[in-house]
Amino acid sequence: MTEPLVNTQVAAEHGLTGAEYDRACRIVGRTPTWTELGIFSVMWSEHCSYKSSRVFLAEFPTQAPWVVQGPGENAGAVDIGDGLAAVFKMESHNHPSFIEPYQGAATGVGGILRDVFTMGARPIASLDSLRFGEPTHPRTPYLVSGVVKGIGDYGNSFGCPTVGGETSFHPCYNGNILVNAFTLGIAPIDKIFRGKAAGPGNPVIYVGSKTGRDGIHGATMASEEFDATSEERRPTVQVGDPFTEKLLLEACLELMKSDAIVGIQDMGAAGLTSSSFEMAARAGTGVRLDLDRVPLRETGMTAYEIMLSESQERMLLVAAAGREAEALAVFRKWDLDAEVVGEVTDDGCVTVHHHGEVVARIPARPLADEAPRYERPCQEPAYLAAARAFDPASVPAPPSLSRTLLDLIGSPNLGSKAWITRQYDQTVRTNTLAGPGGDAAVVRVKGTTRALALTADCNQRWCYLDPRLGAAHAIAEAARNLACVGARPLGVTDCLNFGNPERPEILWQFREAVRGISEACRALDVPVVSGNVSFYNETEGRAIYPTPTVAMVGLLADATLRVGAAFPEPALDLFLLGPAAEPSIAASEYLFRIHGVEAGAPPPLDLAAEKRLGELLRALAGQRLLAAAHDVSDGGLAVALAESCLLAAELPGHEKPVGATIVLPSVQRADAALFGEAAGRAIVAVTHGAAAPVQAAAAAAGVACTRLGATDHSGRLRIEGKRGEAIVDLAMDQIQRAWSGALPGLLG
Amino acid sequence: MSGRITAARIGVVVFPGSNCDHDAYHVVKHVLGSGATFVWHKETELPPLAAVILPGGFAYGDYLRAGAMAARSPVMGAVRSFAAAGGPVLGICNGFQVLVESGLLPGALLRNRGLKFIHQPVHLKVENGTSRFTSRCRSDRPLRMPISHAEGNYHADEETLNRLEGEGRVAFRYCDSRGRITDEANVNGSQRAIAGILNEAGNVLGLMPHPDRAAEAELGSDDGRAVFESLLESLEGRG
Repeated sequence: MTEPLVNTQVAAEHGLTGAEYDRACRIVGRTPTWTELGIFSVMWSEHCSYKSSRVFLAEFPTQAPWVVQGPGENAGAVDIGDGLAAVFKMESHNHPSFIEPYQGAATGVGGILRDVFTMGARPIASLDSLRFGEPTHPRTPYLVSGVVKGIGDYGNSFGCPTVGGETSFHPCYNGNILVNAFTLGIAPIDKIFRGKAAGPGNPVIYVGSKTGRDGIHGATMASEEFDATSEERRPTVQVGDPFTEKLLLEACLELMKSDAIVGIQDMGAAGLTSSSFEMAARAGTGVRLDLDRVPLRETGMTAYEIMLSESQERMLLVAAAGREAEALAVFRKWDLDAEVVGEVTDDGCVTVHHHGEVVARIPARPLADEAPRYERPCQEPAYLAAARAFDPASVPAPPSLSRTLLDLIGSPNLGSKAWITRQYDQTVRTNTLAGPGGDAAVVRVKGTTRALALTADCNQRWCYLDPRLGAAHAIAEAARNLACVGARPLGVTDCLNFGNPERPEILWQFREAVRGISEACRALDVPVVSGNVSFYNETEGRAIYPTPTVAMVGLLADATLRVGAAFPEPALDLFLLGPAAEPSIAASEYLFRIHGVEAGAPPPLDLAAEKRLGELLRALAGQRLLAAAHDVSDGGLAVALAESCLLAAELPGHEKPVGATIVLPSVQRADAALFGEAAGRAIVAVTHGAAAPVQAAAAAAGVACTRLGATDHSGRLRIEGKRGEAIVDLAMDQIQRAWSGALPGLLG
Repeated sequence: MSGRITAARIGVVVFPGSNCDHDAYHVVKHVLGSGATFVWHKETELPPLAAVILPGGFAYGDYLRAGAMAARSPVMGAVRSFAAAGGPVLGICNGFQVLVESGLLPGALLRNRGLKFIHQPVHLKVENGTSRFTSRCRSDRPLRMPISHAEGNYHADEETLNRLEGEGRVAFRYCDSRGRITDEANVNGSQRAIAGILNEAGNVLGLMPHPDRAAEAELGSDDGRAVFESLLESLEGRG
């Protein structure tokens, strides 16, 4: 078969710059073949090579004594005790999900599940962090419905519960939604598998779905902006098959119990290309691939197409020599296609044979090591100075703050997300101690006393107004969420979603966000163990707000010490832990939703105070002094109180929300006291008997502890000023209707 | 069944795509301390078993009608014989769908009336508290356990429904937290709010809710445990 000729212009059409093309020629020592050009094109795409981000990412703290596997593998892993590791990662699937929401989101889930079980870990919990455009945008309901169904259909069928996540709506995502999928699995520490093609002579085995023409150049698509023709890219979106993935999971885990597997990697972005090159590069070996033995779904596929296909549910593994029959027998038992497609070599090259010819031969290490790395220019965006300038006095307080609370709690970002989470299986595998809706999800680890807490966070408005501070806030909030359920943070994975990094303002946002995450992680002693970068989230020159989503995993050594966010009964004392001073309305959800203003500086962040608060919350949980704890974040104190009252209705044996009466600790302007947002705050509910020890512990920890009031039988939420005047007074039923109706009202 | 079963051994069938097989196994083995074993879908004969559980999940991916492929798998021939000989068979969620598709239970499970997958806790009224699957279920208040399905909307012709009711074969109905049968509580739209039914002989139960996920208090409810306890107790009685 004759392949098209390759030259600078053809390379440019593949997204390679002149300098990149020259480098590719130098690495192969001649003009690359058509197939080789395809390989360089995907491996050096932004998506696979991180060429614009690598210089910055080096800043992340990635080490801690409990880190088992840091960045660079299929997923990160941390020691959770009892000889077990939590293996987790978050990945974006933004571009495909915008073009084809159902399959884009489904295959995003499939990809992250594979990343985790590739390491030998059985997935036990997933989270999803979603960002959509404004609810009134004509495309939003279609995108939300498709994405949610895609996530649900894949995870539900595969059998990994979706236990939490976050969803928010903002016009900056009208042209680029974000779908960030997180999965956590459990593996014995001494049985973690890595993507290494070690041992020349060892057979290379392909297993899973047959290879088709779907998804060719998906990685390249994820490395470009959208324009008016993006709809035409629908064929580059892959199609998911959770059933095959489930079979792959069971077969791989069964085979991994033996020592027949030397290394394994999933074929995600850039499929057979990235798996073979990365496995060889990590091991310092080569791989010979015989494409005539690759199971194909379609006839007449070229080497180029086979190497670049992103068909889903496929794995590449290296078996110990002589053990291939054993491996193939397990795959056959599970009715999976599996073939020996090559072997590990000692020549350092990935050599691709097809129809009796060598169609590609590229040194693996140089392709990885000499991948382009750019230190592109950064420049502070011009919008910042104006956006941060904000005078609260320019915004009048609304006449009825009760009405405002209803408007907020019934808004898409603060309302109940049950419309979404109800479509996800949250309890399969019977580990879910706390599902969606609380501060963090909690899953038990069977066979131990332990539980893991999981949360995903990012306030994109704060990141827009101050990327460094906003990103640090994401880490602080995630840590606070974990502390509220009683867990100690162990590790972070991130999805850094940004616009086009070739624009200095965007790259500046990125650099600042990485710094913010790094600073907060260092201060709170949480390493970054995995993650990904998604650039080019722009449509026709308009970028999304910087959205560095972080997911954090924490440990509860004793699962029975878990604390919930729901106020479980009347007559509990409510305390505010953290600063009682009235926050500003600047940069708040309230300011955005009610007044249509996005301006001002995000609240200051005192990381040392965050650390003290976290330690205090864990200590109180450890002494079983807390009946409930809830982070005060989006929507401020009033929304946090309302949420904890509402969540009571979901407890077993309860039918209705609990009521509460509180007195605001500080009121300069009532809307700020109610809805202003600040860091380092949590509400705790305690029995009367526990009040004194909680106050004493807070004082000893150097954390302010202010009594707010108590839960009661009133069926109302009443928030008073200092003189006892009602600032908010609402029936909980009314709040519940507004809250529950937020998404159904928009999405049907 | 022939021969005395000393340590009740319960077989959990593993279809490709079953994903609650481990959950059922966990309850039987680790929560109740009874014997449990997995049975592979390609088997044409069952090992000596006291009871069979068809677990939840998506057998064969359920790309056709839910349960349709599994009903035609090799192991179901053996399960049919086992049931015909009086052996107890419990089908949970996908297992219920498989039982219906196999003809071991009447009716069909259509898509939920809202056409969406639903995961949520539901309340169940025990309509027949004397069967071998329900004798230990509490009667002072409704049971609480999760549902997690896209196709759980029970449907049958009037005659079949009347017969099921007349013969005491409706095991569970969806109700509210106070035990009232309301349209709102019947979230998937099942006819006559039916959540679980028995076969004529009373040795086959299929239900959409998950007692396997509600067998330990730390998971939010242990009401489902009684379904397994009832089954085990019935096995002792017949030893």
